[in-house]
This record gives sequence, structure tokens and C-alpha cells, in this order.
Amino acid sequence: MRSVLYALSFLSVMGLAFWAYRENYATQDALRNVDRLQNEIADLRDELAMQKAEWAYLNRPDRIRELAAISFDKLGLLPMEPSQFGDAKDIPYPPPPAASLPADLTLSAPISVQGKLDVVPTNEVQIP
Amino acid sequence: MTRIPLRPLARILSARARGENPDTIERENIRLRQKQTHDRARARAQGRLLLLGVAFTMAFTSIGARMGMMAATIPTEPRSANSGAQIEAQRADLTDRNGRILATNILTHSLYAQPKDMVDPARVAHELVGIFPDLDEKQLLARFTDGRSFLWIKKKLSPEQMQQVHDIGDPGLLFGPREMRLYPNGRLAAHVLGGASFGAEGVNSAEVIGTAGVEKALDARLRDPANAGKPVALSLDLTVQATVQEVLEGGMKMMQAKGAAAVLLDVRTGEILSLVSLPDFDPNNRPSPLVKGDPSDSPLFNRAVQGVYELGSTFKIFAAAQALDLGLVNPDSMIDANAPMVWGKFKIKEFENHNYGPLLSVRNMIVKSSNVGAAHLALMIGGVRQQAFLKSLGFFDPTPVELIEAPYAKPLVPSRWPDITTITTAYGHGISASPMHLAAAYATIANGGTLVRPTLLKSDVVENGPRIISPKTSQEAISMLRGVVTEGTASLGDVPGYSVAGKTGTADKPKKGGGYYHDKVVNTFACTFPSTDPKYVLILTLDEPMEIVASQVRRTAGWTAVPVAAEVIRRVAPLLGLRPEVETASATEVTLAHN
Repeated sequence: MRSVLYALSFLSVMGLAFWAYRENYATQDALRNVDRLQNEIADLRDELAMQKAEWAYLNRPDRIRELAAISFDKLGLLPMEPSQFGDAKDIPYPPPPAASLPADLTLSAPISVQGKLDVVPTNEVQIP
Repeated sequence: MTRIPLRPLARILSARARGENPDTIERENIRLRQKQTHDRARARAQGRLLLLGVAFTMAFTSIGARMGMMAATIPTEPRSANSGAQIEAQRADLTDRNGRILATNILTHSLYAQPKDMVDPARVAHELVGIFPDLDEKQLLARFTDGRSFLWIKKKLSPEQMQQVHDIGDPGLLFGPREMRLYPNGRLAAHVLGGASFGAEGVNSAEVIGTAGVEKALDARLRDPANAGKPVALSLDLTVQATVQEVLEGGMKMMQAKGAAAVLLDVRTGEILSLVSLPDFDPNNRPSPLVKGDPSDSPLFNRAVQGVYELGSTFKIFAAAQALDLGLVNPDSMIDANAPMVWGKFKIKEFENHNYGPLLSVRNMIVKSSNVGAAHLALMIGGVRQQAFLKSLGFFDPTPVELIEAPYAKPLVPSRWPDITTITTAYGHGISASPMHLAAAYATIANGGTLVRPTLLKSDVVENGPRIISPKTSQEAISMLRGVVTEGTASLGDVPGYSVAGKTGTADKPKKGGGYYHDKVVNTFACTFPSTDPKYVLILTLDEPMEIVASQVRRTAGWTAVPVAAEVIRRVAPLLGLRPEVETASATEVTLAHN
């Protein structure tokens, strides 16, 4: 009995040692990964700041004004003027649909066919 | 342990037999028993002390060992901590009220040299001059070879220049990363932003510090690491600022003025939506201040805040508003306006020697801009009350604007206040203030009579300052100012749909040695719009303008500053979302616009 206990505890120590060894390397790996990600984040932040600056530079009012002037024939943009304010009531709305059917359409009488039908409905297909 | 009885019978009997006192036996036994107890307690205490000593020794040893280990290890950043909290020593961005960037940082590199590691200093010097033509080859070579171990060559490099320097391939040339302040909009709002430069410099980084304007006034806030990444929103509106600048620049050229300034203020919050001073500069490449001559000739000079001018007839409305508020007159009261007016050895005349008298209503005094009428009104008010009123409007102190230049722009106020000062102050002479002062005072009159403090920081809270004049007086003053535009000196300032109300001011420039120039004027138009419900105040100043109409030189504000201001309002009001008040367009004329 005692020897079995000894053997079991020895095995569990071995197992734990193996587990600790692997955890150690996994932790180091994770830390390296965090390092790499943080560097990447810092780089991306720098790039983002640069692109924001570039976006602001490309959108500076002077440049937009010049671009609007250069491409006037395509866009026809003019400085905003008081006369450009409109009123909602000045906009022609689409007219209401002319003749609409009432929603609760019901038949006043059952449909009946008068006279004689020429074609008798059939399921058979005739092959010529 | 066997317990010894105190009086053992055998010993007592034998003692009795010997004729001794048996009590001594009992005493002896009591003594022995006490000694035993004492010894036991002592042993236990000693054991406890030992235990405590061991515990303390272990605790202190472990703490000491830990401290020693911590002191001996190389410091590293906590690698597993999450990077959600940004660790940055970056200067905060500046944005306009809609979040568009006015100032931001970009990463560049600086170039320095360690001549001791240099392989061929002569070749390096030659090649560097090829890249940077502003360097001097001989001087550079001398500095490379005089035995120093370190020197700066360039503070900022473009990526192309950096690559070229890299291609020289000398191990003595090294780069250090640098954060650089960038103003992407160039000259726009240059006087507000000011500029930035490097403070303390190291190889790996350098401090960016503000040198002027908002950058310097808010330096502590912008550099505070607790606020890193949180931009500061200014009250400026980039689109409005660009438009005002464009129109003002055109107007300045057309009127042949040597300088111009404009301030656009929200009358409820005191927010400055646009502040332009011309000529301006590029804050990315801030010119150095003038070493001699008049500093106001430098483009660095902020005419809207630093420039204190005699603002002329724009002051007349203050005399009128105060007299109305005190109940001395009403808009239709007739006052003496018989020109010229003689006061002691002084003679007060009207423009071009007109005479609007003998009697003139207060309203027409403003509309026709009568100096004599304003003088009589001021004398009715009296110097003490006039002084107190102007003081409450802020004309005696620097403006509280968040610019480093603002506290130094103190208005020039006469030290003594005799009656002649009361008279000249009524029509804006003898007292000098900046356009910003005028903007704040006009906003105070226009917003119903509560004091407005101009600010450059975005604020949504409407702060009602102390009441200066009653709402009724404010309304009457605005209606008089509206009269100036509809039937008076500012008739060119009428913008259909926006009912502009304002007052012109033309002041001769004072000579250095005393007296006034006759052909150099400062023209000001101070106005508010729309007069039915004033929302904005615009102050526009032109320095030494002139216009030639029908081969006649015109130097009055009505011909120069007013048409420019009208164009500014026509262009800016739609951008501010103000609808014209009259129907200007019928259904068929509505044009599609994207702005």
C-alpha cells in the first residue's frame, strides 16, 4: 500500500513539473506576443495620427476651394448663398395616387359564368 | 509531576517530636512551590520571546532580500499590462468646434552627428551641403574636426532628406525621433494658434512647447499627460474662418489697406467663431519677430487682439445706450447738435464740417454720426458715470481671451478725465481699445444687456453675465444701429434677409509725436445681425484703406469697411445656418447645393 502511494506521489510530482515547464514557456510566449502586439498598436497609432494629419491637410479649405474651382464644369459648386435656402412647401411633392382601390374590397355577389365554355379543362396532355 | 503536600504528616510528627515548629515546614513548602511556578512561567516567556525573535528575523530578512532583489534588477515595463491606457507624452491636438483638426503632431526625425565615429568628415560635410543648401561646408567641417563628440545638424528632416542622409552611409551621422507640431490648414487661424517649437531636447525625444497664441496660453493643459489623446476644442468654425479670411483678404486688397482684422462673436456664449488678422503667417514656419521698427508691421501682430486703436464713432452707441438706460433721454429726445461746438480752447466739428443741428434726435445722432450730439449726450451723463459704464463694458482691462498676447493688450485710457475727455470719448477719440474689446461690448449690447466675456474655447453653456443695460435699452440701441444701415452712414452694409445693424467708425491715426495724420485712418464697422434677434456680432477693421469712387478718394468706413463686412455677412450667415428673413427665392429658383 505504502509503495503504491510513493509511486503515485512521484508520478504526480513528475506530472506537475511537466505542467509547470510548459506553463512557463507558454507564459513567455504570451508575453512576447503582447510585446509584439503593443509595438504594433503603437505603430498603428503613429500611422493613424499621420493619416489624420494628412486627411486634415488634404481637406484644408484652401485646397477644397481650388479643387471646386478647377472642377467647376463637372460639379458646378458655388459658395453657399442666402438664396439657396428653400422652403419645404416650395418643393413639389409627388401627387397622391389618382385612383386607389378601397382596402376592404369584397365581392358583392359570387362570380358566375354565363354561356358555355369552349375549352373543357383537362389534365391530359395531347401529343401531336 | 507529583504534588508535595504543604504539611506532610510524617515530617510534622517528627518535627513535633523534636519540639520544632511544624509551621516552618509549611512555609518552606510554600516557598518551593512558588519557586517552581515562577521557573515555569519564566521558561515559557523565554520560549515565546525566542519564537517572536525568529519570526521577526525571518520577516525582516525576507523583506530585505526582496528589496535588495528589486533594487538590483533592471527596470522593465510591465509587459502583461493592457495597453488600453495610452502611455504617451504627446501634446494634445487642437480642433475647431466641429472636431476638424487645427493642430496635431507627426513623427519626424532630427539629425545629429558624433564626429568621433565619423569615417570621412570632409566627404560627409560635402554631401550634407548637397542635401541641405543652407548649411555651410567649411563651418560644418570645422565643427566635425574640432574634437567635440556631439553636435546637432538639423532639428527636423523630411522622409526624403532622411533617406538621402542615410545614403551617405557614415556611421557618425545619427537620427533621433522627433514629434513635430503640424498645422494642416497653413495660414488659417495663424494668429489664434500661434505656433510651437522645441523646448528641452534630448537624442531620443524633445519637448514641444507653444510659442504664441492658444498654444502658449493653454500650454499646461495641452502638455498634461492626464489629458493626452483628448483634443482641445476651440470655438472657431473652420469653414467660417476660411470664408472670413478669404473675403477679408479680397477686401483688403481692393481697399488698398495695409492691414485688416475681423472678429465674429456669438452674442449668447461669447464664443469667437472667427478671428482673422491680416497680413498673416504660416504657423508651421513661424517668422522671427522684428528686431527694429514698429512691431505692429510684423505679420505676427494680431490686430484683432493686440492692436489697440481709437475706434472712432463706433463708441457713440455707448453714450446713447447709457443715456437711454439712465432715463435721461428717449430715442426721439432732441439734443443740441449745433456744430461746431466750442469747449474751452477746443473746437468740435462734424465730418466735412457739416452741421446736423441745431437740434437732432438721439436716434438721428447715431444715424448721422454726429460728434457734437454725442458730446452733448456725454456731458449730460457726466464723466464719472461715463467712465464707470465703459469700465463695466471692459474697456479698461485686457480681454480675457485665451491668447498669450491678450493680457498685454491693455487699452490706452486717459489717466485724467476732464470734460474734454468725456466729450472726445463719446465719439471714440482719446481712448484706444482692440477690436476684441469692441466685439465684447457690442455683444453685451446686442444680447439683451448682459456682459459677454469673449472666449476661444468651445462652450455650450450660455452664461449670463452681470446685467449692464436693460433689455429695453438693448432693443432701442439695436433699432438705432439698424437705422444707421437703412438710412445712415452704413447703407452699403445692408444684406437682404439678414437685417444688419451696425455703426461705422473712422478714426485718424495718431502721429508718434502727437497730432493726427489726415490721410491715414483706421476704419471700423461694428455690427450685429440679424437685428430682429441678434445672434452674432462682427467687428471689421481696415488699416489705412482708401477707395477711389468717381475720381474722389474716400477714406470713411462707410465706403471701405462696410461693403467688406456686408460681403462677409452675406457669405458667412448661410454657413452659420441662418435663414434669410425674407423670401429671397421662389420655388423655381431653388438651387441644389452641397456645402
